[in-house]
Amino acid sequence: MSGSVRKAVGVETIGMTMRFGGFTALDAVSVKVSAGSFHALLGENGAGKSTLVKCMMGFYHPTSGDILVDGREVKIASPRDASALGLGMVYQHFTLVPSLTGAENLVISREKVPGIVDWRKERGDLAVFMERMPFKLPLDVKVAELAAGEKQKLEIIKQLYLGRSFLVLDEPTSVLTPGEAQEVLGLVRAMTKAGDLTVLMISHKFHEVTAFADDVSVLRKGKLTGTGRVADLDHKAMAAMMVGDQPIAALDSRATPKPDAEIVLNVRSLKAPDRTGLKSISILDLGVRSGEIVGIAGISGNGQKEFLEVLAGQRPREAGEVLVRGLAYAATRAEARALNVRLIPEEPLKNACAPKMTVAENISFRTFDMDGNGRPVNWISASAIRAFGARLVEQFKVKTASLSSPIASLSGGNVQRAVLARELTGEVDLLIVSNPCFGLDFSAVAETRARIMKARNAGAAVLLMSEDLDELLELSDRIFVMSDGALVYETPIAGASVQTIGEHMAGHH
Amino acid sequence: MDATEVGLWGVPLAILGGAIRVSTPFIFVSLGEAITERSGRINLGLEGTLVFGAMAAYAVAVMTNSPWLGLIAAAGAGLCFGLFHGWICKFPKVNDIAIGIALMLFGSGLAFFFGKPFIKPKAPNLPAIPFGGWSDIPQVQAALDVNVLFLIGAVLSVILWWAFRNTRAGLIVRVVGDSSDAARAMGLDPDTVRLLATGVGGALAGIGGAYLSLYYPGSWTERISSGQGLMAVALVIFARWNPLGCFAAALLFGGAGALGPALQSVGVTQGYYLFYAAPYILTLIIMIATSSPTRSLAGAPGELSITK
Repeated sequence: MSGSVRKAVGVETIGMTMRFGGFTALDAVSVKVSAGSFHALLGENGAGKSTLVKCMMGFYHPTSGDILVDGREVKIASPRDASALGLGMVYQHFTLVPSLTGAENLVISREKVPGIVDWRKERGDLAVFMERMPFKLPLDVKVAELAAGEKQKLEIIKQLYLGRSFLVLDEPTSVLTPGEAQEVLGLVRAMTKAGDLTVLMISHKFHEVTAFADDVSVLRKGKLTGTGRVADLDHKAMAAMMVGDQPIAALDSRATPKPDAEIVLNVRSLKAPDRTGLKSISILDLGVRSGEIVGIAGISGNGQKEFLEVLAGQRPREAGEVLVRGLAYAATRAEARALNVRLIPEEPLKNACAPKMTVAENISFRTFDMDGNGRPVNWISASAIRAFGARLVEQFKVKTASLSSPIASLSGGNVQRAVLARELTGEVDLLIVSNPCFGLDFSAVAETRARIMKARNAGAAVLLMSEDLDELLELSDRIFVMSDGALVYETPIAGASVQTIGEHMAGHH
Repeated sequence: MDATEVGLWGVPLAILGGAIRVSTPFIFVSLGEAITERSGRINLGLEGTLVFGAMAAYAVAVMTNSPWLGLIAAAGAGLCFGLFHGWICKFPKVNDIAIGIALMLFGSGLAFFFGKPFIKPKAPNLPAIPFGGWSDIPQVQAALDVNVLFLIGAVLSVILWWAFRNTRAGLIVRVVGDSSDAARAMGLDPDTVRLLATGVGGALAGIGGAYLSLYYPGSWTERISSGQGLMAVALVIFARWNPLGCFAAALLFGGAGALGPALQSVGVTQGYYLFYAAPYILTLIIMIATSSPTRSLAGAPGELSITK
């Protein structure tokens, strides 16, 4: 079966309902994806998008409802049934095995693998198969050494290699540069146009939906809230279907930056090993002024994480200096307190919280050992922690069952609100932020960004590292691009172009 | 040439011979551990498996008068220990390292219990092939008296190295060891693969034990193992989970282990006890040299609990 490309199939769900106990994740959802079309599935986190596709793929068994493949009713009891019908899925998190080569990954994922693999023959077959593929890829390299875009292409190729002709793409561009995203979606689009493939793409990027999809379906809280031709809908209409009528926090207008404001953070000829220890990151000169947001763009794995860890004191540096307000900064608790440095790392539950401690305790991490006047105390007052927590929970609208719930029981957006509450309370001179909106829903994203902008307008120097270029373009005053461990490009926001930034992200310079 | 004329050349010669003799249990235990760890699990119980294998092999050889039946018994016993480890670790929230330590003590204790009656009788040894026949120097002959298990171990390490790339089973073990999620997405059951990999690893460790009691030192005592099963774990890390590397590293450890006896044999009377510690010191040095606070180990299976 290796390499046979079947004709596209269409899939339709009728009245699909899925209940987990008393919770209805999907409520009578009927979506029709016709053969050879590019269909987008929009919705917030928890709207039921992944439940719907998992029902299609046989991971879940729907409580009620039917699935039609090419107009015929079918029973999909397991992922194996789905693949026999030509249905495949490309996950947001790669399912390739990092230490195997591309060729090994393809061959081992086949249903029937011979006991002893004849690599000469397999390589020949793969070469013939790749001839017909729109992507060119090195198959003899370990997957761990491929760029994110190449991995994404390999995932898609794997599905085609396995003979799938209906693909679910789960946020396929979240790890790609704008250029890579254009290329991958463009090529997939061409395959649907040729009638070789049907695509159902889960996304939250409106511009991708507009540019590539034929049809769109929108889910909210498990219900289908809209469906139609993309050509007939604008972004506003789609957003309304997605979020309903809940209020969205508006971004403060940007206070005019002062070009002569004090440089709060100054990084000079910094060198540090990266996580493999084989390469190093090197930041020659970076200054962040009070009252501006400096964005750092880059594909993940180009040293941003290591840079953040150095600034946060989690990674030793080999050379160079980090100055805050002209003073050497080694990220000790005392220094962070004296210089008002605050940190919002990515994946806040993992990196900025003690997951099993309570909401109030987590919110009090910066202040629990001081009294009202900032002097250290020997006896920790539980009531003071609760009072402080209660005040901030109220102020930052953290939704929690109680102050003494473990913070891990909160939703992603509320964990981020709690962390924002802790980090943005009191004087903030320097704020270091990394991927603050990853995995958050619409309203939490808007609120998080609004808070960061507020801190900037209040005079904080903000260093924002993000893999989401749209976020950087919305918030930053200046944008740097980090590639291969170094800052390779700088542009003020006024002159920023997605294309140029994308090219530097991809290292094409 | 007179035998005494070998003089100081006796030391490298004795180390070579010792490397071949002492390394064999290292080869089998480390190859077994390499298979287990490549599947994403670590089995520290191989020390106990080794001791139990040594006892089982000796006991069966005494009773049947066949060293080969003893070898098979050791492999079977090792397989059972491995499967037991794999079966327990299948349950959620079970720590493979803790289970390994428990099984290490359990295996040794069980071996001492069943092995008591076999301390006295003499079992037939596994055969060796005299590759040193061309020379009339006894030291050379002694050094090149190679046991068949060493040769089997050498061939096995090449086969495993090949199999990890060229067979379905080898690729599946690597997939499971590197990413449970990817394995599940392919319809593989990681627990079953790890169960079998741990079982095979245990069987190989049992064979290593049989070598101890049936060839060198060649008798069953309660102090038969001097930590080879544990050192093999360090050795696998040093060898970067590569079977050929395991073979080379086992030779290196074997040579280090032979340093003390070699010095003693040429008449060094003082301080050679220190050189008996050479393998342990080598283990320490390797562990320190290959560890780093800031980076993860290159080539380590992604699912291994010690590298996560």
